Amino acid sequence: MTTDWTVRGITRAMLPVLLVMTMVEVGSGLVLGSFEAQLYRYPTLLVLVPVTIGTAGNLGSILASRLSTAFHLGTFAFEPTDETLAGNAVATVALAVTLFPLVGAGAWLLQSLLGGAQLAVGTVLWISLASGIALAVLAVALTLGATYGAYRFGLDPDDVVIPVVTNTCDVLGVVVLFAVVQITL
Amino acid sequence: MSVIRVAREAYAAALPALSASLVGGLVAGLVLGGMQAELQAVPGLLVAVPALLATRGNVYGSLGARLSTGLHQGLIEPYVDAGDPRLRGAAAAALANGMLASGVAAAAVFLILTALGDAVAPLATLVAISLLSGLLSGIALTVVVVVVVFTGYRRGHDPDSLVGPVVTTTGDVFGIAFLLLSVRLVLAAGGGG
Repeated sequence: MTTDWTVRGITRAMLPVLLVMTMVEVGSGLVLGSFEAQLYRYPTLLVLVPVTIGTAGNLGSILASRLSTAFHLGTFAFEPTDETLAGNAVATVALAVTLFPLVGAGAWLLQSLLGGAQLAVGTVLWISLASGIALAVLAVALTLGATYGAYRFGLDPDDVVIPVVTNTCDVLGVVVLFAVVQITL
Repeated sequence: MSVIRVAREAYAAALPALSASLVGGLVAGLVLGGMQAELQAVPGLLVAVPALLATRGNVYGSLGARLSTGLHQGLIEPYVDAGDPRLRGAAAAALANGMLASGVAAAAVFLILTALGDAVAPLATLVAISLLSGLLSGIALTVVVVVVVFTGYRRGHDPDSLVGPVVTTTGDVFGIAFLLLSVRLVLAAGGGG
């Protein structure tokens, strides 16, 4: 597969997964569409959408690729006491706790400079941080589940886990943001 | 003790790339927040946004990974040669698959919203916007990915570690910016719903 560089060869390898992922993302778009009215009323929430989706997907894909590598190197076991597992899970949550307040503050600041923000800075920070922590926990659970599934079915985690986790985290990003907004506003 | 060491190492390795893509995501969000008029003029477009953005990441991330592997294996040279059949094949495949997935996303959004009885722009409008933004952002991202991977490799960096952050950051920004441009072009051409 890696030596076939024709359009046909690349398409055959890429298109089926790509189309499945596209449909998963359409699902995430439908969730987004269901709170369209709130997004238009509070444009700060609209600013949060790409960065929340992106950061959630990135957290998942980084964790998935690190666990895949550890898995290939044989330095990793599916046990709660496993250091690679626990360390990477802790790091994922710590990254979320560091980055999502910046996401919220950045979105609020940019929206205030441009169009005037209707939401208080504390509200935006809370929405962003609560979403971020929930997403980090979900990303860890999802990555572990997907890596374990790939391992059980004898699949290469690199081929399966990274696209599945990245795109599912995108969807979860929208779902969690929606849930936190419903609870908060 | 060791868990903390692993965690600290994983944290430090991920923070720079995540911070870069955070900035890109905020810029993309700012453009999205500012294009409310366009989103409201084309009902259903907002529903297509996650799929369009993810396609950029999936397709051009894969192009970058392929070019990195090709460089490591000596299949391609780190210089832009438009006549290289492998480079041309990889770029053309990325563009074709990216546009195809964008068109499929637009058609799926139209069908689902129609089935649900929700307001949705005409199929031709949604597909035209998706294909045009897929083409324009695809050309821009191909240039960025090729330049970053080749330049990085020539300067002795591992292109594998450059591709992820560069594609997620520029993918969001170009994805949204060219989406805005495409909506305006299609609406100006009379494709409004």
